[in-house]
Amino acid sequence: MIVHLLYNVLQALVVLLFAPLMTGISAKLKERLQSHRGPSVFQPYYDLWKLFHKDEIVSHESTWIFRVTPYVVFVAPLFVALLIPVLTDYPLFFAFMGDMLGGGFILALGGFFATLAAIDTANPYGPMGASRTRMVGFLAEPVFMIVFFTVSVVAGSTIPYIVQQRWVHPPANFFDPAHVLLMIAFFMLILAETGRLPVDNPSGHFELAMIDESKGLEYSGRGAALMKWGSAMKFFVLLCIFLNVLVAPWGLASSQNLAAVLAAVPLVLLKMVLCILALVGVESSFAKLRLFRITEFLGAAFVVCVAALLIRLMEL
Amino acid sequence: MPDPHISVTLVNELNLLAAGLFLLATFGLVATRQVLDCVALFAGQSVLLAASAALLGHEAASDHLYAVAAITIVAKALLIPWLLRRTASEAVVARREISQVLNIPTSLLIALGLSILAYFLAAPLRAAAPAGQVGVNLPIGLAALLIGAFTVTVRREALPQVLGLLSMENGAFFAGVAIAPDLPLFAELAAAFDVLVIALVMGLLTRKLQERAGSTSVADLTDLREE
Repeated sequence: MIVHLLYNVLQALVVLLFAPLMTGISAKLKERLQSHRGPSVFQPYYDLWKLFHKDEIVSHESTWIFRVTPYVVFVAPLFVALLIPVLTDYPLFFAFMGDMLGGGFILALGGFFATLAAIDTANPYGPMGASRTRMVGFLAEPVFMIVFFTVSVVAGSTIPYIVQQRWVHPPANFFDPAHVLLMIAFFMLILAETGRLPVDNPSGHFELAMIDESKGLEYSGRGAALMKWGSAMKFFVLLCIFLNVLVAPWGLASSQNLAAVLAAVPLVLLKMVLCILALVGVESSFAKLRLFRITEFLGAAFVVCVAALLIRLMEL
Repeated sequence: MPDPHISVTLVNELNLLAAGLFLLATFGLVATRQVLDCVALFAGQSVLLAASAALLGHEAASDHLYAVAAITIVAKALLIPWLLRRTASEAVVARREISQVLNIPTSLLIALGLSILAYFLAAPLRAAAPAGQVGVNLPIGLAALLIGAFTVTVRREALPQVLGLLSMENGAFFAGVAIAPDLPLFAELAAAFDVLVIALVMGLLTRKLQERAGSTSVADLTDLREE
C-alpha cells in the first residue's frame, strides 16, 4: 500500500519535472521542421527560473481571484496526475478516487479560474481571449462527454486503469474501430484544448488574434511562471491520458519494483516525443482556422466520436 | 489461401475497422470543402471497400471476393480519380471551396442521423439473415448509400455530386460483399465497367458545363435554352 502511495507521488513528480521539457521539445521540433534552429529544449526551464526571480506586479483593481488563479492552474494538473496512469499499468493509491470524468472536471477548474482571472484585471485583451477560450471550450465539451460515454460503453468503466487494459486484452482489440475512432477524436481534442495550430497559434504575438495566450498577459514574475508551468503540465497530462489510457499501456511498468517504474519514465517520454512529432506535423501543415470555422473542426471531432459509438452498437 | 497464424478474431476486428473508416470517409465526402480532397477521399473509401472485401474473402475462403477487391482497387481507387481529374477542367479542380446548401456542421449532423436510421433499417434484415453472416457491413453500406444520396442533394457543384453518386454505389457494394459473397464475377466486372463509364461521362459533362455556362454550380443552371 505504502509503495503504491509513493509511486503515486512519483508520478506527480514526473509530471512536475518533465512537463517543461516536453513543451521545449515541442517548440524545438516545430522550429526544426520549418528549417529554423529553434531554442534549446531546456528553454522553458530557463524561462521559469528567470520568471521566479523577477518582481511580481499586481494591479490594484484586481481581486483575490487574480492572485489565487496561478496556484489553481499549477495544482490542478498535479491532482489529475494522481488519478491517471503515468508510469504504471496497475492501479495506484488514488486510482479509484476519481475517473476520467473527474480528471476532466479538475482540469476544467483550472481553465475556469484562468478565465475569471483574465476578466478580473479589465485589460481589454483578457476578456476577449477568455470569451474565445470559452467558445472553443463549450464546443469541445460535448466531444469530451461523448468520448467518455463511448469509453464507458466499450470498456465498461471510466476508471483509466481499467480502460487502458481493454485495448490490448486480447491484442486484436487494438483494431476495434471504436478504439481507432476514439483516438482520432481525442487527438483533435488535444489540438483544440491545448491551443494548437488549426485552432489557435501558440507562438503568435498578435494580441487581437490570440485565443489561449491572451489570458495570461497580465501576469508577471512568479504568477507568470506558475501559469506557464501549469499549462505545460496540462499538456503533459492530456498526452498521458491520450497515450496511456486511450492508445495503449505499452511501455508502462507492470511490476511493483522501483527499477521497473523508473525504467518506464524514458519509455513514456519517448512515446510522448513520437506523439509530439505527429502534433508538430499537423501544426506545420495546416493554416490556422478562422474563428467561426472552429465549429466545423470540433463538429468533425464530435461526428468521429459518435461514429465510434454507432459502430460499437452495430457490432453487437 | 487462409493463413493459420492470423486468428479469425483479428480478421473480424480488421473488417470492423475498415467499416468504421469507410463510414468516416463517407462523412468526409459530405463535409470536405475542396474538390481535390473529395476525390482523394473517394479513392480512400474505395480502398477501404476493397480491404473489407479482401478480409471477408479471407474469412469465407472465397476467390470471388479477392477478385472484387482487385477490381475495386483498379477501377475505383485508381482509374476513376484519374479520369475525373483529367476530364474535369482546370477551373473546376483549382476552385478551392465548394458551396453547399447547408452549412457543414448541420450537414454532418444530418449525415449522422442518416447513419442511425441505416442502423435501424438494417436491424430487421440482419435478424432475418443467417447468424453472423452479414455483420457490420450491411448497416454501414446502407449508411453510405443514404449519405451518398444526401451528398447529391446538398452539394451545389457537379463534381462532388458525381462523387456522392459513386459513394452510393460504393455503399451498395459494401453491403453486397457481405450478403452475396459468391456473386458471379461477370456481374462484378459489368458493374465496375459501368461505374467507369458513368464517371467518364459525368466528367466530360462537367467540363462542357464549365465551358458553356462558365460554372458547374447547379444552382446557376435554372433555365433551359436552345442555341
